[in-house]
Amino acid sequence: MSLATRWARFRKSEGGSGLALVSPTAIYAILLLAAPLATILLFSVLTDGYLVVEPVFTFGNYIETWTNRIYRSVMMRSLGVSVAVTVLTVLLAYPVAYFVSFHVQPSKKSLWLFLITIPFWTSYLIRVFLWKVILGYNGVINSGLMATGIIDEPLTAISYNVQAFVVTLAHAYAPFAILPIYVVLEKIDRSLLEAGQDLGESKFRTFLRVTLPLSVPGIAAAVLIVFIPTIGDYVTPNLIGGGKIPMIANMIEVLMLVRDNKPLGAAIAVSAMAIVTAVSLLFLFTIRKYLRGQK
Amino acid sequence: MSQSSVRLEIQHLSRAFGGVPVVSDVSLTIAAGQVTCLLGPSGCGKSTTLRMIAGVERPDSGSIRIDGRPVFDARTNLPPEARSVGLIFQDFALFPHLTVAQNVAFGLKTDREAKARRVDELLERVNLPGFGPKHPHQLSGGEQQRVALARALAPRPKVMLMDEPFSGLDNRLRDGIRDTTLEVLKEEGAAVLLVTHEPDEALRMGDEIALMRGGHIVQTGAPYNVYNAPVDRAAAAFFSDINVIRGVSRGALTETPFGSFLTPGHADGGTVEIVIRPQHLKIDLDRAGRGPSPTPMDGTAARGTVIRARFLGRESLVELALDEGGQRLTASVPGVFLPKPGTVLWLMIRRDRCFVFPHPA
Repeated sequence: MSLATRWARFRKSEGGSGLALVSPTAIYAILLLAAPLATILLFSVLTDGYLVVEPVFTFGNYIETWTNRIYRSVMMRSLGVSVAVTVLTVLLAYPVAYFVSFHVQPSKKSLWLFLITIPFWTSYLIRVFLWKVILGYNGVINSGLMATGIIDEPLTAISYNVQAFVVTLAHAYAPFAILPIYVVLEKIDRSLLEAGQDLGESKFRTFLRVTLPLSVPGIAAAVLIVFIPTIGDYVTPNLIGGGKIPMIANMIEVLMLVRDNKPLGAAIAVSAMAIVTAVSLLFLFTIRKYLRGQK
Repeated sequence: MSQSSVRLEIQHLSRAFGGVPVVSDVSLTIAAGQVTCLLGPSGCGKSTTLRMIAGVERPDSGSIRIDGRPVFDARTNLPPEARSVGLIFQDFALFPHLTVAQNVAFGLKTDREAKARRVDELLERVNLPGFGPKHPHQLSGGEQQRVALARALAPRPKVMLMDEPFSGLDNRLRDGIRDTTLEVLKEEGAAVLLVTHEPDEALRMGDEIALMRGGHIVQTGAPYNVYNAPVDRAAAAFFSDINVIRGVSRGALTETPFGSFLTPGHADGGTVEIVIRPQHLKIDLDRAGRGPSPTPMDGTAARGTVIRARFLGRESLVELALDEGGQRLTASVPGVFLPKPGTVLWLMIRRDRCFVFPHPA
């Protein structure tokens, strides 16, 4: 069989057309996702030279990452902020999702979901700036409080600090948390709640024993969707924190672009990725009981 | 049954949705250990009635008492959890995140040991010993139904409400599960209200049947009475196919192909309907043009021609057209009886099995 007929036959086969269909996406993913990731991995085990990366294998970057107290403390701070943002976002998102799913009339649910997604119509940068305007030194809160005479000088506790990041990020990621929780709440059979009450449990106890455990998959999705990107967010710390309180992503940016130590930056990036993966897997492992054994 | 054993008493219960009455003036009493079947076509308000008793739907008016204690009236409206009512759903509504044992124990408020004992006892009773650690999705429909029964029974409810509890089950499984369920319910001594649209189920399960239509209870009574003394044509038609013979009542007599019927109490000159179930039509062979000599109870015999005969397993259905007037009637004959179309047969009807109703205007 000649190569040409074999090629023609392959093109007609189901596998061939399937490959043809996914190839644009596959090429895109390989070029823009897998290749850069491989480069980062490669860089992380090479030696830094002046203005160039020398092709000499070393574990030195990783040793530096895991032993240097600065990198360690920045990493811990980033993890702490991410956990705080995640907890706050999910805690605030759950009641919203619950309200839309259980108390909004079915005909109005689409409208509510639409309203929830409206913040996405503006750029992320603009939303972050909004918080800067609200929380900043001369911001809405400070000038408002000073105008009414409650305080004499601007509060520093609300801007350029970790709390300010957490508030800003929690707001930015709220819809990402609301939607998955809403979806699982919608799937809960309402007769289960009636059954719970008929078996002698109050509405609140039924919520704790039926609704909450059944919504765990949605909570898990919300947690991961918020936790994973927030740890890598560097726009918000830059703008809200004024660059004074760096997170791990800012650290990587500085190492990569300012100090031109690409191998060390790459090693920190890979370490951060590994930590996020480990934390996420640990989280999923802890709640595994609620993720399986369901219809 | 003595007054003191009345478990559930509902009076004048009404409910409308958006101005459309769904349940109107429904009253019922059920004694301990008694099974009442609320029977009616879909949309007749039977499920709404059940949901109002359970407390998940609020009545517009009326009162509900359980063991003499008002759970709903003009002043009281106890939440579902305070009513001591067990509910079995059409889809069973087992908690998917809990095991069978945890499902059954859900409504139990006792300590761990007593809980485990009660769960084992109930699983034993519904014939599912050792199923405790399984999850609901690992069970068959019939097993899920029995878990739902055990779960509802666990807190010893005074009233048990069942909403089409067998309709999700395989036809052949159903009878066995119905009998087990009935046995367990009788042992527990709860008052049972079973909602169903299947007359066979109501006849099989009920100590009493309450026939519901258009939001009203049209007839209440023992299965035998409701089947054999229907209040109107629709009530008769709900339990089986029926034959309707129309005639005009004159001087308390109505002439039909089967002779005259006594129809006292019907307006002179008014149309009456004589209703007879297919199994109460008697068939006799045509012997060279001579008919049978019927007893006085069978009245006059009428001649007819077979149009179609069908075999249904337990019985055969024979459709005939009467020579006089050409009316079509269906007779049900036990076993195999499949005369060819065109065969001439004689028909008699059992007068004591006929119901005479005025023709609805």
